[in-house]
Amino acid sequence: MELLNDQGLRLDGRKPDELRLIKCKLGIFTHTDGSAFVEQGNTKVIAVVYGPHEVRNVHRAKTSADGAFVNCQYSMAAFSMSERKKRNRGDRKSTEATIHLHQTLAAVIRTELMPKSQIDVFIEVLQSDGGNFAASVNAATLALIDAGIPLREYVIACTASLGTGNVPMVDISNLEESLGGPTLTVAVLPRSSQIALVEMSQRFHLDFLEPVLKMAMKGCDYTFKVLDMAVESYLSEIGKPNNWGQA
Amino acid sequence: MAGLDREDIGDKSVSASFRLASDRISLLTPCEHPELYTPGQDIGPETGLLRGHGTYQDNGRIKASVAGVLEHVNKLIMIRPLKSRYNGEIGDVVVGRITEIQQKRWRVDANARLDAVLLLSSVNLPGGELRRRSVEDERMMRQYLSEGDLISAEVQNVFSEGTMSLHTRNLKYGKLSQGVLVTVPAPLIKRSKTHFHTICGISLIIGTNGYIWLYPTPKSTEEGAGGFARNLELRVEPREREAIARMQCCINALAESRMMVYDTSLVAAFEVANKFSVKELLKPEVKLEIVMLTQHMMGLNC
Repeated sequence: MELLNDQGLRLDGRKPDELRLIKCKLGIFTHTDGSAFVEQGNTKVIAVVYGPHEVRNVHRAKTSADGAFVNCQYSMAAFSMSERKKRNRGDRKSTEATIHLHQTLAAVIRTELMPKSQIDVFIEVLQSDGGNFAASVNAATLALIDAGIPLREYVIACTASLGTGNVPMVDISNLEESLGGPTLTVAVLPRSSQIALVEMSQRFHLDFLEPVLKMAMKGCDYTFKVLDMAVESYLSEIGKPNNWGQA
Repeated sequence: MAGLDREDIGDKSVSASFRLASDRISLLTPCEHPELYTPGQDIGPETGLLRGHGTYQDNGRIKASVAGVLEHVNKLIMIRPLKSRYNGEIGDVVVGRITEIQQKRWRVDANARLDAVLLLSSVNLPGGELRRRSVEDERMMRQYLSEGDLISAEVQNVFSEGTMSLHTRNLKYGKLSQGVLVTVPAPLIKRSKTHFHTICGISLIIGTNGYIWLYPTPKSTEEGAGGFARNLELRVEPREREAIARMQCCINALAESRMMVYDTSLVAAFEVANKFSVKELLKPEVKLEIVMLTQHMMGLNC
């Protein structure tokens, strides 16, 4: 199977620079501080935020007077992949994603405003179809916004790869990932065009890095617009009945 | 709650309602809105303005750091998030739960960023206000309040790092006995003159931190929530239980539709809810109707 066919279309019929459909929803749970659901194609992710709250139990030692401690946990549901998998928390893949998620979020959360506190970010991948980490970052951003936690700005992630004929492709699906294209994941701060994280699964020639990175950042910009619209429409729903929080 | 008889439950049949996400009813509708700001959005140049909460400075520009609406007070600019944790102010009435006992103090979870402290010296111990607190009292602390107990208290002080100090030096504050705790987001509570109400046949403490305590109205001379006395023998009549359950459903419906929770809105919602059985109040269609009718009664329409 080829990543791009003669007409220059991908396996699922998308153009190389076309993203999958993004759907998102904020405030899906009532008993959390913040929550969000993000769907990118068939990848479905739930993010939940608790806090800022007092540092509890095992994390006590991480209490800092300089800022909040961000506790991330990335996990994949047992039913998220085509094959049922029992152990999905604490394995190497999830631990790595957790560390990357922490790095990415640490770049935007204004922790210095919340000394001696803890912020919990829990991610659950409900359905995995490529770009899980990117969808998780996007969901986490929305959940943090829902929780009213001060952020420098959005942090948005997207993937890109190199297709047949060295054409850069954006938003890689699971099929494309498993066919062996190198996947580049970037998390950017779209308003200031800063990069928070870059990760690559395989190698390709340095000459292609720039076009692929550019493609991924273009994808981030588009994703950002979709998420920003979702936040605004969510705010317009929750604000009016309580008069925009004014007494 | 103590001793619920089998006969009181009445109808034991179970009704369940499952539906797809696409068929679920939302209590929220998009409305016309003032200009909304999202994190990182540019507000304007910094010259001649003061930065308030929810904003930060970047290259001489003021930017928003939370999602919400802009508030302008003279030179001060701030963004108020529509959802956040409780920010205590001196004099607020709060309901909280004891999480830990330390030297001469209790730690209280009051839905704020950090746990509040309740000093042994800021509670009224049994036996008079001017009693000296001895080492004996320190040892007895767990007898007065232990982990998991609910209390009502007032914010005495807010420290710079954000910790609140509480006090219960008034007979209306103290340990809570029989009742129901309902939690709503803190920004939905309206600060008002009194947070202790006796309405719709029950009593409630609307904690400014979003914790609401519903309890049967105490009879005659007996002090309701105050002090450390806790009467778990007291039998709560089915009528009162029903009113409490109804009120709980009303509060949840109001909170889900993001309406302010205070005495007027609660009385209105309770009145509307009276025509339904308590069981029906759990259905989303009924919740929606209650919310719509309450909004109509209070003259708030989109």
